[in-house]
Amino acid sequence: MSTLADTRLHSPNLLRHTPLATFLLIAFIAIPALASPYVIEAILLPFLALALAGVGLNLLTGYGGQVSLGSAAFMAVGAFAAYNIQLRLNLPLPLTILLSALTAATVGLIFGLPSLRLRGFYLAVSTLAAQFFVQWALTKFGWFSNYSPSGVISAPGMTLLGYSLDSTTARYLLALTLVTLLTLGVWAFTAGPLGNDLIAIRDNETAAQIIGVPVLKTKLVAFALSSAIIGVAGFLWAFTYLRTIEPAGFDLDRSFDVLFIIIIGGLATLRGAFLGAGLIVVFPLLLSRLSAMAFGGMIDSGVLELVQRIILGTLIIAFLIAEPNGLAAILTRVKRRFARNTL
Amino acid sequence: MSFLKRITTAALTVATLAAGQAAQADEQYFPLQSYRVGPYAAGGTGFFGGFIDYMTLINTRDGGVNGVKLVWDECETEYAVEKGVECYQRQKSHADIAAWNPLSVGIAYAMIDGVTADKAPLITVNHGRTDTTDGRVFPYVFPLLLNPYSETSGIVNYIASKEGGLESLKGKKIVVLYHGSPYGKETIPIYELLAEKYGFTVVQIEVPHPGNEQGAQWLQIRREAPDYVVLRGWGVMNPVALTTAQRNGFPVDHIIGNVWSNSEEDALPAGDAAIGYTAITTQASGNQYPVLQEIIRSVYTAGQGNLSDKSRIGSVYHNLGIVNGILNVEAIRIAQGKFGNRTLTGDEVRWGFEHLQLTPARVKELGAENLFHSINVTYDNHEGEGYVTFQQWDGKKWNVVSDWIAPDWALLRPIITKSSEAYAAEKGLPIRTSEDADKVTQ
Repeated sequence: MSTLADTRLHSPNLLRHTPLATFLLIAFIAIPALASPYVIEAILLPFLALALAGVGLNLLTGYGGQVSLGSAAFMAVGAFAAYNIQLRLNLPLPLTILLSALTAATVGLIFGLPSLRLRGFYLAVSTLAAQFFVQWALTKFGWFSNYSPSGVISAPGMTLLGYSLDSTTARYLLALTLVTLLTLGVWAFTAGPLGNDLIAIRDNETAAQIIGVPVLKTKLVAFALSSAIIGVAGFLWAFTYLRTIEPAGFDLDRSFDVLFIIIIGGLATLRGAFLGAGLIVVFPLLLSRLSAMAFGGMIDSGVLELVQRIILGTLIIAFLIAEPNGLAAILTRVKRRFARNTL
Repeated sequence: MSFLKRITTAALTVATLAAGQAAQADEQYFPLQSYRVGPYAAGGTGFFGGFIDYMTLINTRDGGVNGVKLVWDECETEYAVEKGVECYQRQKSHADIAAWNPLSVGIAYAMIDGVTADKAPLITVNHGRTDTTDGRVFPYVFPLLLNPYSETSGIVNYIASKEGGLESLKGKKIVVLYHGSPYGKETIPIYELLAEKYGFTVVQIEVPHPGNEQGAQWLQIRREAPDYVVLRGWGVMNPVALTTAQRNGFPVDHIIGNVWSNSEEDALPAGDAAIGYTAITTQASGNQYPVLQEIIRSVYTAGQGNLSDKSRIGSVYHNLGIVNGILNVEAIRIAQGKFGNRTLTGDEVRWGFEHLQLTPARVKELGAENLFHSINVTYDNHEGEGYVTFQQWDGKKWNVVSDWIAPDWALLRPIITKSSEAYAAEKGLPIRTSEDADKVTQ
């Protein structure tokens, strides 16, 4: 696990780079002004939601070394909590989001308890329980979906200070703001003392305990915080992207998506979550559009879909062989080489 | 970030392509959000195969609808909501959209706001959100032929006809074995309502997804000793239910399948256990209908057929696709009658669907007599009073065993309007009148 620590050293530098400021400027101003609705609705909104889920899981798995297969469950908790809070309490939007994050944190805390005793694969299996339990409970008890006969709910509209946030641009800006703030929050957390405790536990739990790191507290804080962030990602997925909420949308496949995002992107880096989400969301779309342009109508669309999957799978394997630390490490290497050449 | 640039380039290329296509006049485009891979591929390939086959027939035989060529492309959804939404975003930039047909409740839900803003019809034949039947609240959504409540009523009416009338239902016991999913649970309140109204007992038992182990449920059914079991299944749950019923000694001819438990793919894997199994349908199976014969003659012999397995021609899903094709094409034809024989806007096609009235005589002209009965869509009834029939499995194929049966629409309507009016109030939507329905965006 020491290789992970190496990559971690680079991430706090993130803020010092001017590219980040330029990037945010583009994201907040240029994209809403220039991008087509397709780019925002079909690419950027799912990208932002999954990237945030990746940031949340990275906190737990990348920095904390606790493998979780229950990410989609916590996304579901966040989405359904936001729906019910808005339906029953009618609070202002920021408070709704905060409360749904707290709900996800509470559920995360409960399912994080086994982590005090279990490690590695055993913990991963116990988080599977969260995945199945949450989906089952949301389907079983009609109260969660306000007794909607089919169990699929349209997300209610969002307003902030009297303004409707239902337009494409408004939803994008809301998602972008939340993702930016939470990512900065996670960055501050991992750079702080609790973050160091977490990394110490990941690298050697026994040694950490001996030098006085509060293992129980740190693990539970990590579970709660990670679940809260993933809960907000679930809110984004349901309210800003799909605008419908159904338990089946948060199945095990979604959990795997989030896990793959951080593995491919790079564990224990913030950039990794974004790069991984980019690959998982954007790459299949590019591939599908390119192949539709090149072969559309000539080949059965089912065959085309399967071929794309093979290509995507092969590429992921190739990436991971070339750089086991993920896309973030590739990016760092490219940057270093670039810097050396310009000197 | 270079990938952003690449996306922009890709988007621009597509926009240019779409603009190029718009320049060609007199085409009507169908965006097909199909699914040919994944767990529901059997339904997807059959349905979209039939839909495409019918459109190909219209293009090759008639040169389009009154000279307007039908064009389409496919976007694979795998029945997953987020993929369907991406396809919707991708395909909606195309000009001349006639109607959307995603064949998925989840995708349809996610598109309701979008199609309403775009003013393009969204067709959910035989499924969908029940309260979209109320066209006063949902102007662009059409659960054509059969919504889940009508299906329930049709099944109960069929059981009544077998027992000798609705009065004979008194004191009977019916078990509903339903799939443990939102789809499966949708009709729970309606069965209870009908049980109360007609005086039968209903016991509803859930089978957890995916349903490949049903020992406990059938043990309970044995204890209950019902007169009928209604199978409200999906996928592998259906053949497993039939084989488990046989093992428990429950007579298969007293099991009635619902509209998603009625295909060859549901009965065939159960082997002998399925012989005598009866299921509801809006479109009979078989290839003896004139429209199917024409499709075989002019589409398949010319090598333009969409199904790769020709033995599936005339199967339940294929015929549903063909009926769906007829309904879409006739809506365009009816709208052309009012607006002219040219490419129509989505809102004009919506008007066509709201006047989609096909009498049994018209259905016969279309070569579909006995394939489906009739439809009578109005601005406030987007289901269109579809009739149902029942088919029995003989081990090789389905045979029609009933007349066309009408569900009890009058009984269901107040429940539907209660739900749609609540939706309108929650979303702050107006209730349309027939004058509103005649205002059409050109």
